[in-house]
Amino acid sequence: MKFWTSSVVILALFFGLTLLDVNEYIFFAGFVVLQFIVLSTAWNILGGYAGYVNFGVPAFLAVGAYSAVILFKGVGAPIIIQIIGGGIMAGLLGLGVGLLTLKLRGIFFSIATVAVVFILETCVNNWRYLGGATGLQLTRPDGLWFFGTYTRFLFFMMAILALLAVATARYVQTSFLGRGLRAVRDSEEAAECSGVPTLKLKLIACTVSGALMGIAGAPMPMYLSFIEPTSIFNLSYAISALGMPIIGGTSHWIGPLVGAIVLATVQQIVTVTVSSELNVLVVGVLLIVFVVAAPDGIIGLFKKWKRSSK
Amino acid sequence: METLLKITELTKNFGGFTALSGVNLQVAVGERLGLIGPNGSGKTTLINCISGAFNQTQGTIELKGREITKLRAFERTRLGICRSFQIPRPFASMTVLENLLVPIAFVGGSDGPRETEEAMTILRQMGLDSKAYVQSNQLSQVELRKMELARAMAAKPQLLISDEAMAGLAGAEVDEILQILFDLNSKGITVIMIEHIMQAVMKFSQRVVCLDTGKIICQGTPSEVVKDPQVQRAYLGD
Repeated sequence: MKFWTSSVVILALFFGLTLLDVNEYIFFAGFVVLQFIVLSTAWNILGGYAGYVNFGVPAFLAVGAYSAVILFKGVGAPIIIQIIGGGIMAGLLGLGVGLLTLKLRGIFFSIATVAVVFILETCVNNWRYLGGATGLQLTRPDGLWFFGTYTRFLFFMMAILALLAVATARYVQTSFLGRGLRAVRDSEEAAECSGVPTLKLKLIACTVSGALMGIAGAPMPMYLSFIEPTSIFNLSYAISALGMPIIGGTSHWIGPLVGAIVLATVQQIVTVTVSSELNVLVVGVLLIVFVVAAPDGIIGLFKKWKRSSK
Repeated sequence: METLLKITELTKNFGGFTALSGVNLQVAVGERLGLIGPNGSGKTTLINCISGAFNQTQGTIELKGREITKLRAFERTRLGICRSFQIPRPFASMTVLENLLVPIAFVGGSDGPRETEEAMTILRQMGLDSKAYVQSNQLSQVELRKMELARAMAAKPQLLISDEAMAGLAGAEVDEILQILFDLNSKGITVIMIEHIMQAVMKFSQRVVCLDTGKIICQGTPSEVVKDPQVQRAYLGD
């Protein structure tokens, strides 16, 4: 109940913010932070709970984005339909990738997910309807409903999606599904011999994780008014999406949320004040610091501090 | 006596290496069976095939007349085949209690206060109730062995396979584990014990089966097997 009350209050605050006469950049940057909350939370469902490190984040993001483009270009679908379509397609990709790769473990699974990125990027590069390698320009509709601009509308939409992603991760963690995935992460063989249908659970996790990454990607073409393969298939999305849960803590749904807020905000500040190229360096340095000094992330540090203060 | 487990012509190859060759074995309901053999004789491969961790190359496995050869490990667990591991495999991120709740939730299909009480009852029987809320990676070796047996018990087994549950334990600890296995058997659970500690095997087993180079070379009562020249040759050489 506390979770849902807090969520409604936060959404109401975000909605109120969109009505204020403030600099538009807040919504532009806020969209990115919220998008990373969705991505890192989605990554953590498979990577954190089940221990399967997925480097294929850009592939799922791009499937969401390009599905939205197809729906917009083909039938002029509104953004809600684009998001639903992007989520379904990325979820199906997750199911397919899972069926093909989830019998692999460790580094072999991770390498297979990287391969998915390159395969899909090659397909898009040669698909003229989607603009090929040069990309596609899109015209955004005007402001919607109460929102003065489309950016403000997309910011609020992404806040709803972030809430949806966090609520899903929270449900997975606290349900028997989460317990089964934790067992898979600790010892897959022991889990299977304890009655856990490991392949089924991993497929569910891969599908849900993929679908959430897809819904994070679906509003991107409208957000940028442009889409091209080199940026959306950029592996830095994978590094950020796995770096944020590691920095926040992978064992709890709050971890990716905290990690994404901290890291994505720092990245946005660095982009504006120093250079956009420094983003990846920030992620890299923080990742090394946390892996060495606090492998359980910020949540782990907080738990340790709470235990020692008792 | 009613047959619980029937293995027919079981063969397992790893590439060109034959780990098990045409093994035939029947285990009766409520029986205490000891499985012995020198290192590399195929004992663990056999129980991996029974539990579903490995797919056999040839042969069939039946549980109470139902063929389970093609079932996956989790399905066999749900039918009542449970095992402990030679090297303990705790769910290290969970407490001892949570370790038991995994099979209770996935085999029993529910997870609530009644299930927690069920797990606590098993922990009390194993003498682990005081460790219920301890992280499982903090347990001592004997506690880990007990927890593995408790976790297997939580899946409500008909057949419990204990894979070297006494390895690395001191004398009194061996007796403790042995007593647990006797108690479980007295509740009607069939037990297959793989063990290198011969005194324990001889004390526990009603029947002993000896494997060597993937084949059953002898089976009978403990005293018969110990005196068998083939068994002596397998352990001591010519």
